[in-house]
Amino acid sequence: MEANMTSKEMLNSLLAAHYENAEKAHEEGKLVAWCTSISPQELLETMGIYAVYPENHAAAIGARKQAPDFINYSESNGYSVDLCSYARVNLAYMDILQSEAGNIPKPDLIWCCSNICNTVLKWYEDIAKELDIPMIVFDTPFNHSYEVTDQNVQYIKGQLLEAIDKLEEITGKKFDYDKFHEIMDISRETSIWWKKASLTARAKPSPLDGFELFNYMATIVCMRGTKEGRDLYKLWYEELTEKAEKGLGPWKANKETGIIPEEKYRVMWDGIACWPYLGVTYKTLKKYGINMVTSTYPDSWYIVYETGDLDGMAKCYSSNYVNRSLDFGINNVVNIVNDFSLDGIVFHSNRSCKLMDFRQFEVQRQVEARTGVPSIIFDGDQTDPRAFNEAQFETRVQALVEMMEARKGK
Amino acid sequence: MTEKYYLGIDIGSSSSKAVIIDGDAKIVGEKIINLGTGSRGPAEVILGAFEQAGITEVSKTVATGYGRIQFKDADKQMTEISCHAKGVKHLVPTAQTVIDIGGQDAKVIRIAPDGKVDNFVMNDKCAAGTGRFLEVMARVLDVKISELSDLAEKGQSGVTISSTCTVFAESETISQLSGGSKIEDIALGSHKSIAEKIVGLAGRVGLVDDIVMSGGVALNASVVKAVEEATGHKIIRVPDPQGAGALGAALYARDLDK
Repeated sequence: MEANMTSKEMLNSLLAAHYENAEKAHEEGKLVAWCTSISPQELLETMGIYAVYPENHAAAIGARKQAPDFINYSESNGYSVDLCSYARVNLAYMDILQSEAGNIPKPDLIWCCSNICNTVLKWYEDIAKELDIPMIVFDTPFNHSYEVTDQNVQYIKGQLLEAIDKLEEITGKKFDYDKFHEIMDISRETSIWWKKASLTARAKPSPLDGFELFNYMATIVCMRGTKEGRDLYKLWYEELTEKAEKGLGPWKANKETGIIPEEKYRVMWDGIACWPYLGVTYKTLKKYGINMVTSTYPDSWYIVYETGDLDGMAKCYSSNYVNRSLDFGINNVVNIVNDFSLDGIVFHSNRSCKLMDFRQFEVQRQVEARTGVPSIIFDGDQTDPRAFNEAQFETRVQALVEMMEARKGK
Repeated sequence: MTEKYYLGIDIGSSSSKAVIIDGDAKIVGEKIINLGTGSRGPAEVILGAFEQAGITEVSKTVATGYGRIQFKDADKQMTEISCHAKGVKHLVPTAQTVIDIGGQDAKVIRIAPDGKVDNFVMNDKCAAGTGRFLEVMARVLDVKISELSDLAEKGQSGVTISSTCTVFAESETISQLSGGSKIEDIALGSHKSIAEKIVGLAGRVGLVDDIVMSGGVALNASVVKAVEEATGHKIIRVPDPQGAGALGAALYARDLDK
């Protein structure tokens, strides 16, 4: 990386390099794995297998408004409109292998962890079967108990050890534990800087424009085990801390008026971004002075355990909030509301994500009862543009503002 | 000092409503036209309300409804959620819940003691349980939408329209018709279907008496009755349910002058 780069420049340059290097690795005959977004990449990184992330890639395709091409292709291929739109984008990409949002090479290996979604298995199985490539699964059972049980920890640890054997078999190379520990160190540090950067939003006003989390998330998914990723988040944290120390809010001055928009309301975003309407959702919130200061994303990649501790590693990968009980889900949001001094919550009822939608009404109801913070639910989809309506979104956002005003007694 | 007037305009998806009130919140002009956003409806209702009031200008204007953002002459734009709550609370001071079913959405709104919105739920992005659903039903049954209520009053229970999707419900109705079901019974079945949808929404915010129904669909007495039966609560119908949002907007316009 060049000196004096901003974190934003670094982010863009790292992302471009991520995709270029994936192509290069493929051309050089290195193995490429298609991985779920919060999977134990430490093992792949140790083995020198290039990890790419279809969810991230589908999100990028969605943000570029290119998803309909892929979705239509999948649907005409027989995939149901009721399936996750990331899956529909990716199952088409698997054939097309060309997108304006950058390309990921065809995989040699499928790397699938069910902690983010328990239907993702079917999507990944489909790829493995179609392409006739090996699939390594990490089955992380849903945590009905509040904490991850020791039984689950041992079960997942067993799978980590088995995956190491399989990787040795696939690559014909011995697993290098020194390298593994080094990658664990880096991955942990990257996670910590990512979280620290996101926590700067607790300041009032927040130096962080929360939609940046959606942008900066790309590399926490793809580059958590790399030094470059770690350095990026450290730099981002330093930039945000400097802004906060100067008392600067999330937004820059309007170019025409010179006026800096005020952060009037602080909300969290629950669920995945609405990628095809990132600009619309951002501008609508900002129009009313709403800064989405945080979401459930910061904790999703806070995967922190001691180097060499496979039990801790197993527990971390099982601990993602969508894999945790309803009580945990509620407490998690209540803590976010209090920690970030929120005025409201925006729940994305995401047509694609049955898992997240399943308990959304109940989380909303209980969080409101416990915090008194108003919230709205809007219909949308992570990548399918057909499931979102701008006017309906704005009505809900404006109604949220009216409720926040009423409760603040402004 | 000359009397001050306040205009509330509610530009919906299928109708436009304008209400002008004086400083004492008395309605002096009102006009409703079944043409919504993007049509000549908004301009005509404003003209009509001004004519009725016999005035040429108002002190403040608040716009609401789906067309509010495009309506640039307002001093403030507010959601129909807040405006219906405000309008209903003014008409029925004991109201704690509003069921508002308009052309393209259905909402259950809980009102705070001060008339502001405490909480609300809205239908998802789907025409089921809305005025649009009734329009489709009326077309299939070959009656005017205003005739549906009287028709259903003569109907017998038994025909159910179970599809949540309006397009599916249309096909379901067509097969009911070809199966020999009476149009009276189908009309009643379609009203019960709306009521069931409302029960589903209401469960999320809770129904607290007094409950008032507003919005164009409340003009249909049979739907109101079906909602009463489905919820087990008495439903108060304001005399002019379609204009409640515009009235609320006019009241908010008056607040701007305070």
